[in-house]
Amino acid sequence: MSSIAYNKASTLPEAIALSAANPNMPVLAGGTDLIVQWRSGLISPPGFVDISSVAELRTISANDTFIEIGACATHAAIAADAGVNLHLPALAKACLSIGAAQIQNRGTIGGNIMNASPAGDTLPVVLAYGAELKLESVKGARWVSAVDFFTGYRKTAKNSDELLTRIKFPRRYSKDLRSEFYKIGTRRAQAISKAAMCIVAEVSRGAIVEIAIAVGSVAPTAVRAFGTEALLRGRAVTVPVIDSAKASITDEFSPIDDVRSTEDYRRFVCGSMLANFLSGLTKKNTPV
Amino acid sequence: MTGGFVAEKVSKKISVNSNHIEVLAPPERRLLDVLRFDLELMGTKEGCGEGECGACSVIINGEVVNSCLVLFGQIADGDEILTVEGLGDAEHLAPIQQCFIDEVGTQCGICTPGMLISAHALLMKNPNPDRDQVAIAMAGNLCRCTGYKRIIDSVMKAAEILRGEK
Repeated sequence: MSSIAYNKASTLPEAIALSAANPNMPVLAGGTDLIVQWRSGLISPPGFVDISSVAELRTISANDTFIEIGACATHAAIAADAGVNLHLPALAKACLSIGAAQIQNRGTIGGNIMNASPAGDTLPVVLAYGAELKLESVKGARWVSAVDFFTGYRKTAKNSDELLTRIKFPRRYSKDLRSEFYKIGTRRAQAISKAAMCIVAEVSRGAIVEIAIAVGSVAPTAVRAFGTEALLRGRAVTVPVIDSAKASITDEFSPIDDVRSTEDYRRFVCGSMLANFLSGLTKKNTPV
Repeated sequence: MTGGFVAEKVSKKISVNSNHIEVLAPPERRLLDVLRFDLELMGTKEGCGEGECGACSVIINGEVVNSCLVLFGQIADGDEILTVEGLGDAEHLAPIQQCFIDEVGTQCGICTPGMLISAHALLMKNPNPDRDQVAIAMAGNLCRCTGYKRIIDSVMKAAEILRGEK
């Protein structure tokens, strides 16, 4: 393996300047995806921009309305954070479903997002919770909604001179809020998802006031199930409603057969994951 | 901030198995290779080389990681690295090592250094794990011989000894 340029950032301004100056070099955070891609020859970059030592990018902070997570916060750090567990329990669960301890201690949420794999497990979570992503360049900063960020297979709205620096989640905790993350893989650990789903719903008196459903591994990128959401919004959770929602999400996407699973299986488990969540609402949420 | 077309060797002042040393190596070299070939610590094994098998597990600042997925450039001055050689030696085995022998938690041995490291990382944080917690903590370490039961037995016994119960 030939030598390559190794650009190491120590501070956030350095990280932004180095990414802007080296748009052809991938950003190295935890490295759990990038190093594998590089070593296997899938990518042959002229160098890296290493942001893994930038302390400002590892912080998790909260105010009255948001929880902000630095792009280099590890899955383990996020899953251990008290605010995340209270307000974003599905994010904590997704982080603990990624790889195993070794990967969770190293892999980062920003890396998972920027890898932009359709099977990235935090992607349905940032979509369903309505996260916003902060992109910074030497020219300034902008926030992009997660729903506008994933534009296609491994494609995002980030420009080549920009760096993903923070992920901002609305603080949503209330007794009426339910959120869940499901992952279907070959085994509990170390599995890449055959399908994954994150659902965030506000439920009042047995009816769905608001719902966001996001699904991974059923399309070229993680996607919101807008059709099924619309069908459920404002509806009381009854057996016929669950059945129609199940039928709806089974047909909402066109997953493919690939090395990990089949189209039919992916459609089937999407229905099962959603039905499992909705059935749980009827049990926990007896109308008052 | 560093730049240039070819990565030059970088120097890091780190602790490896409680020995404070200065290591000079190319930043794109894997920590696994730095340990094995620059520092001649051959206990850490390469299995899959892509973060699936855990044979190369080491502990950095208390956290278990795959050393095949860490580049030397990502290491910071002051980082504390623990490899299997730091657990004990042939004359003074650590309890976790002795328990893997006594409970036959090892057969061919290629996974054993990584297993020991993951077990050690768990027991540092949780001295009283149940079998399921052991299985979750070791889920990133593959063994093709034992079927895992005896590995979990070994960790459970080491936990008892470390708690002073045996």
